[in-house]
Amino acid sequence: MSALLESLFGGLSIGSVLLLSALGLAIVFGLMGVINMAHGELMMLGAYTTFVVQNGLKKTALAEVYIFFALIAAFLVTALIGLLLERGVIRYLYGRPLETLLATWGVSLIVQQFVRTVSWQFVIGLTLFCLLFFGAFWILSRRPDFERIRGWVIGVMLPLSAAIAIVISFILGQTLKLAVTKPWFGTQGVDVTAPRWLRGGLQIAGGYQLPYTRLFIIALTVACVFGVYWFLNKTPWGLRIRAVTQNRSMSSCLGIPTKTVDALTFAIGSGLAGVAGVAVSLLGSVSPNTGQAYIVDTFMVVVVGGVGKLIGSIVAAGAIGTISYIIGSNALGPLVSFSPALKSFFEFFASASMAKVMVFALIIVFLQFRPAGLFPQKGRTVDA
Amino acid sequence: MTIETVESLPEVLPSSNARKQRRSLMVEAAIVLAVALVLLFVIPPILAGLGQGVRINQLGRFLALAIAALGIDLIWGFTGLLSLGHGIFFALGGYALAMYLQLQLPAGQIPEFFTLYGVEKLPWFWQPFYSFPFTLVAVFLIPMVVAAALGYLVFRNRIRGVYFSILTQAALIVFFNFFNGQQKLINGTNGLKTDTATLFGMQVGSSPVIQGAFYTLSVLFLVGGYALCRWLTSGRFGRMLVAIRDDEPRVRFSGYNPTGYKVFVFAISGALAGIAGALYTVQSGIITPKAMDVAFSIEMVIWVALGGRATLIGAIIGALIVNFARTLLSEQFPAFWLFFQGALFLVVVTVLPDGILGWLRREGMNQVRSLLGYPQEIDTYPSLEQDPDVQYERENLGD
Repeated sequence: MSALLESLFGGLSIGSVLLLSALGLAIVFGLMGVINMAHGELMMLGAYTTFVVQNGLKKTALAEVYIFFALIAAFLVTALIGLLLERGVIRYLYGRPLETLLATWGVSLIVQQFVRTVSWQFVIGLTLFCLLFFGAFWILSRRPDFERIRGWVIGVMLPLSAAIAIVISFILGQTLKLAVTKPWFGTQGVDVTAPRWLRGGLQIAGGYQLPYTRLFIIALTVACVFGVYWFLNKTPWGLRIRAVTQNRSMSSCLGIPTKTVDALTFAIGSGLAGVAGVAVSLLGSVSPNTGQAYIVDTFMVVVVGGVGKLIGSIVAAGAIGTISYIIGSNALGPLVSFSPALKSFFEFFASASMAKVMVFALIIVFLQFRPAGLFPQKGRTVDA
Repeated sequence: MTIETVESLPEVLPSSNARKQRRSLMVEAAIVLAVALVLLFVIPPILAGLGQGVRINQLGRFLALAIAALGIDLIWGFTGLLSLGHGIFFALGGYALAMYLQLQLPAGQIPEFFTLYGVEKLPWFWQPFYSFPFTLVAVFLIPMVVAAALGYLVFRNRIRGVYFSILTQAALIVFFNFFNGQQKLINGTNGLKTDTATLFGMQVGSSPVIQGAFYTLSVLFLVGGYALCRWLTSGRFGRMLVAIRDDEPRVRFSGYNPTGYKVFVFAISGALAGIAGALYTVQSGIITPKAMDVAFSIEMVIWVALGGRATLIGAIIGALIVNFARTLLSEQFPAFWLFFQGALFLVVVTVLPDGILGWLRREGMNQVRSLLGYPQEIDTYPSLEQDPDVQYERENLGD
């Protein structure tokens, strides 16, 4: 009985993290057919936001409830970054999903390295560069013959402003030393400590303990799923998002601003990644590589769940979580002890990384029967 | 170019076309041969003379990587399948050769690392790697079979596009976990070293004869791989691949089954990656599960994208440029390589979608012509391309 409860809870807690991180990805993928490889990095940024908020509120009266402020801050920060990403890069790549994938991978590399190297010196240099380059661009763009000289402007201003910014930040680094050159976060991980009321766990029968942080993550996931459900089904913008997901050109004909819908959806999807990042920060140390560990699992949730329906992601995340927990903790081993071959087979896969091997094999088998996922979008398109 | 057509005008059109084709093929073969000879006999002595002996080894390794880039170009550039899991095939080829080299021991001994984990008997799948011919075949056959199996299971269900990319990436993670976790079978994280092994009585890592031989082999296999890809993509088969890339449902409606073509070309591509992995391993001295890093497999794609998709030559050039840029940059500023690489992804995808070669072919020629005072080359009619109204409409009212 307690073993069953244990594996149920174990699966639920793995699945809830999966679902939380896959939620934003699934919405964006369903709407735009775009896989955001930087999704993991957005989660990582959410986790770092939690770290910053925690340190900011440490000495104040709000220190015990910092997590709620962190949730809001993480959502806003990552939603803003997602909006920038959509406006700056992705909107130029619609209809080319594979190129989008590569571009977002480039973004994820930049974000990772940014978190590692960011320091006051770096920020000052970057701001200076942006001011010089885009300022000059803005001033020159008022000239009537701008289109003609555009290439020259970029060719001259890019190295020029980069050189000025690098020289000034180098001089700053030399004069002020460590005060500006010290990285904010560094390559090492940082630790977020859970508030006091989230430490420890709930004792249940059989001496098994349910950690409060896991319970908190499950509650957070449920809240997010209901929030997304409410937003998609009960609000005017949710209606528009669903319409565009089903048929983009028809929605456009009917006057739905598809570009605004795209930007909004991408921002919300990124914001959900930030919320997932808060949850991830409670589970362990946060490092610039944190996001990498989650992306492939969340992609699998989207592939198995199918696009366009929230329920698909929920079932897929639950199933993948439970199966990886059962295999990884070797819960089936004692049940098949009558057969030594089966027993050693399950023992071979009884670790978190080998469980992934098994889960992937099962997913491939599953896709032989349901190639479009659990709940595919019904329609008459050939290119489904 | 134009003068030639004027000369051959009186002849019947098809035969003149065929002759022109044959001639351009001969020219291409001559150029490839010349470049290969330069790579073999001119560059190594020059580099050695400059005291840059290390660079020869680097060039050899990057040429090996260019073979893998050819395979990527074949499936992505021509067939439109973006594989993010080519590290699997690369590593399988590398491990196959490394296992053979590890077994170059006096009879009855087993590789040293086994004793660390208390393994006394050689695992069964190591046994065939005692044989040199088997290893030679395994280097490309094992990746080929794995690629074919994975490809069949995926393509059979018409899974394609982004789904295919994600699944190959997941497969990559799975193989990585498997190789990384099995210390007792394959030495886990530490990987297999090849530089201390001996081949024909010489140490692989330090003997200039052996390293020179591997350099030569890399050049030869690159030329061979290029010839193979060129041959595959030139005829009916090549047109089929392009058709699958451009409109797969239409290919299917025309009565073809794309699955077989896709599985075949994916397997060929896997085999090329396997050969590349083997040649890279012996020149760098070690193969570890890090060859199945997610980042490395995606990087292979950017080599092709930078050089130019569906050009083959572009894949080779891209692989060499990116890798040399990486060594130079990460020697000087290690922190900035990732920024540079990320920017490379963004710039190539947004500004240079046709890659360097594609840009040179279209824009570059036009730039040269306009510098020399000639009018720009046009694809359709002057009234369509040079009319300012049409230009304005295309730029501002498109889509």
